Amino acid sequence: MKVTVKLFAFLRKGRFKANILEFPEGTRVLQVLDALSITANERNIGILFVNGRHAHLDSILQDGDVLAIFPPVAGG
Amino acid sequence: MKMDNDKDIIRLLADCSASGRVSYEKVRDLAVKTDIPLANLEKLAMEQGFVPLRYQRNIGTITAAEQQVLMNAKVAVIGCGGLGGNVLEQLARLGVGNILVWDYDSFEEHNLNRQLLSSLDLIGRSKVDAASQRVAAINPAINIIKLAVEFNRAAGHTILAGYQAVVDALDNIPDRLQLSSLCRDLQIPLVHGAVEGWVGQLTTQFPGENVIEKIYAKASNSEKRSISTPVFTPALVASLQVSEVIKLLLGRGELLRNRIMLVNLLDMDFDTVEIF
Repeated sequence: MKVTVKLFAFLRKGRFKANILEFPEGTRVLQVLDALSITANERNIGILFVNGRHAHLDSILQDGDVLAIFPPVAGG
Repeated sequence: MKMDNDKDIIRLLADCSASGRVSYEKVRDLAVKTDIPLANLEKLAMEQGFVPLRYQRNIGTITAAEQQVLMNAKVAVIGCGGLGGNVLEQLARLGVGNILVWDYDSFEEHNLNRQLLSSLDLIGRSKVDAASQRVAAINPAINIIKLAVEFNRAAGHTILAGYQAVVDALDNIPDRLQLSSLCRDLQIPLVHGAVEGWVGQLTTQFPGENVIEKIYAKASNSEKRSISTPVFTPALVASLQVSEVIKLLLGRGELLRNRIMLVNLLDMDFDTVEIF
């Protein structure tokens, strides 16, 4: 199945802005992060949205899903 | 001179006007003469079709009637740092008539790289004092209320009641979550902005929505940390926030509702992610 992954802010460093990636059926968000070598630290703070809905590391992805990951920005 | 009759005041205002415009100097002199506050005279002038020169170049982008809506509007700015200072400056120039600014902090030297209201002579001085002086210097018709205590929900419940829009210009997640919940309780739309380094984000949350909680769900316990931010990121995000506030007040245009705009100035990307 195909999943579009969009990365924001420092998560793009050494990776990409947006990419369509191929994964086996039943893949969870956590496995996508592993495939992208997103570190434990990056993973713990990353905000996860699948098709605009708040997702979790164990959320199961479907073909055509758009996974967006961005870090929390809170400075003023 | 004591004036009891609106007609007399209107006649005097008409004497002050040149081709439908009135200058600050003339209205100020009239305020002194009549003992009527400047803001009231300017509102009266607008009702008669005389535009204070200060607003002349607003008209066209907004209508004269919309300018009057702004002159009567009430907006609260929570936080007066990189974002808040820019937001305040712009609200004053736009002519938002009643502004509350809330920040307990004083300027430090490391604010100089980005905080519009900071300057060498104001180091150690209260941010909200600087804010009210700045607003008065730009637009003396604005009623500015300053609050130099730490943001807290309990006080906010009383203080923010009756405001039409709240601007989130805070600098940490716990306070932002408190403000979001407070605005939901008080049924006030919240215009959120946040910056760090080259990146920034903004969204407008209406009562009953919880976009802020969704964004910060995982990071709700994170402590305030020292981050680097250059001047252009807060200036940009503050401008975007102000445009949202003005559209909210005027009830027109498209708002960033149920979506978050993610700005990355290093990649020069503006993305919006829908959030349900």
